Amino acid sequence: MSTATQTMPSVERVVTPGKYTFGRIMPEALKYFIVITLAISYAFPLYWMISSALKDDPQVYRIPPVLVPNPAHWENFINAWKSDNFTLYTFNSVFRYAVPYTLFTLLSSSVVAYGFSRIRWPGRDKLFYLCIGTMLIPYTVTMVPLFIIFKHLRWVGTYLPMIVPALFGNAFFIFMLRQFFMTLPEELSEAARIDGASELGIFFRIILPLAKPALAVVALFAFMGTWNDYLGPLIYINKYTMYPLALGIQKLRAMMSQVGNAPLAYPYLMAVSTIAAAPIIIIFFFAQRTFIEGIALTGLKG
Amino acid sequence: MAVATAKKWRLSKRETQNLITGLLFVSPWLLGFLLWTLYPLISSAYYSFTRYDLVRPPIWIGLDNFREIFTDDPRFWTVVYNTFYYVGISVPLGVVVAFLMASLLNTKLVLRSTFRAIFYIPSIVPAVCSAMVWLFIYNNQYGVINNLLRAAGQPIIPFLSSVEWAKPSLIVISLWAQGTAVVIFLAALQDVPRSLYEAATVDGANALHRFWHITIPMCSPIILYNLVMSLIGAFQTFLMPYLLTNGGPMASTEFYAMNLYRQAFEFFRMGKACALAWIMAIVVAILTAILFRTSGRWVFYGGGER
Repeated sequence: MSTATQTMPSVERVVTPGKYTFGRIMPEALKYFIVITLAISYAFPLYWMISSALKDDPQVYRIPPVLVPNPAHWENFINAWKSDNFTLYTFNSVFRYAVPYTLFTLLSSSVVAYGFSRIRWPGRDKLFYLCIGTMLIPYTVTMVPLFIIFKHLRWVGTYLPMIVPALFGNAFFIFMLRQFFMTLPEELSEAARIDGASELGIFFRIILPLAKPALAVVALFAFMGTWNDYLGPLIYINKYTMYPLALGIQKLRAMMSQVGNAPLAYPYLMAVSTIAAAPIIIIFFFAQRTFIEGIALTGLKG
Repeated sequence: MAVATAKKWRLSKRETQNLITGLLFVSPWLLGFLLWTLYPLISSAYYSFTRYDLVRPPIWIGLDNFREIFTDDPRFWTVVYNTFYYVGISVPLGVVVAFLMASLLNTKLVLRSTFRAIFYIPSIVPAVCSAMVWLFIYNNQYGVINNLLRAAGQPIIPFLSSVEWAKPSLIVISLWAQGTAVVIFLAALQDVPRSLYEAATVDGANALHRFWHITIPMCSPIILYNLVMSLIGAFQTFLMPYLLTNGGPMASTEFYAMNLYRQAFEFFRMGKACALAWIMAIVVAILTAILFRTSGRWVFYGGGER
């Protein structure tokens, strides 16, 4: 196993120091021109979301468009939030879905990853390849039969179809954690085994505490996946009082377009979208390294 | 080794112990695999030969679903065309754009991690938020682009309401939200040994030569990985067309996964939906197999690590 987890050994192009000739400055200028143009176009939609959240209707309709709203209507955030039961939707997103899913995933995926990495047994690697192979199965194939199963179990209308499978581990997270467990020295386990520790004891007392960074990556991605999930609740949740935030936003949009063009339809939609996107963006800035390394890990070891 | 081969069929006490413990540790996944993957796959194959509306028990109708799909459902071929159009453009374009963006980020660049963050964040914000923003940006009356066009006295572009523009508009969104591929490529680029570039420079290779003969071959396994992943993902595109166009106008953005969703959850034709799912799974499997088969010619596995 290479040490690809340590990213950012900045590999720069081999540039020998020399005079600033035309032939050297032009490619640099062109490069910055391209990068900045790309950055502006990539950042624009989210900038537009946040700035439009602060507009009133005349500012939305004005031609040419208003880039910086003045005055900024901060009260839009509060009024948009109050225009529907968004506090309840957020509660559902977090406590009915994201938190149980993340806890279940952390526990189950780490147990399974331990079995796939820290114990040697015949057939282990074959089964592991089967496990990561399941990631290639299109979700559309299991979507309908799973719905039929959960319908028979009378779980439709609850979050159980989305959180109970998390108790059985998730191939993606098992893969991530296994890769991490493999990097821990075997001597740690050997020493504990000689001292008579059981595998479960080694798992809980030695490996898990050392795996905190990897567990943080899994928690981050699991939380983000559930917070952002739309399709799962779309299929299984059918009561407004059970809606997660994602469905609540779409409900607001439907309400706004039902009455023709409701006043402040777009500012409100943008305000609620900003609030829903904010935790993800904030978490990203606090845990940028964790994010980037986690993503890089999945690709490089694939 | 010789001892191990001789004992192949009889495990020592220690090995048996390890086998049991190992299986116990992976048993949650194993059970989950049986319950949430294998059983659904098998039952889905069975349902694809039945008529099933969730109310009455499934009725065996043989190949009727498949016959209907291929010969009696004009919508199906529109959906297949739409899907191949979308996949055929967004996947290769996406991989090329992501790779070029990662290559730019891999050069000596001021504020590199800021740029990386700007490219990555669109892929992690909730899809429903992105959908709302793009709906607003693309709006015929209040959208920012059409407002600018109007201010310049130009005709507006009906991004989401015309058959010609709807698919390209959705492809633009997919290009916007692919920061994950950029980050994966960037990590791969940073793993290319610097000595290779130095040696090539000494031998007189220019930047383009180095990119073509070193960077691309060294990153080819990751290019293949991103290609396969985005191919599988693109075939299942659902949310953006569902939220932005709902398949319209004139079914021009009704992609495969959306048609499947409709059959299952709007028309309650579970059997037909399962048949559709299997057709797609087989097509995706064939395309992935072709990619892997032909990859021997262009994918370079260096270092013997793999």
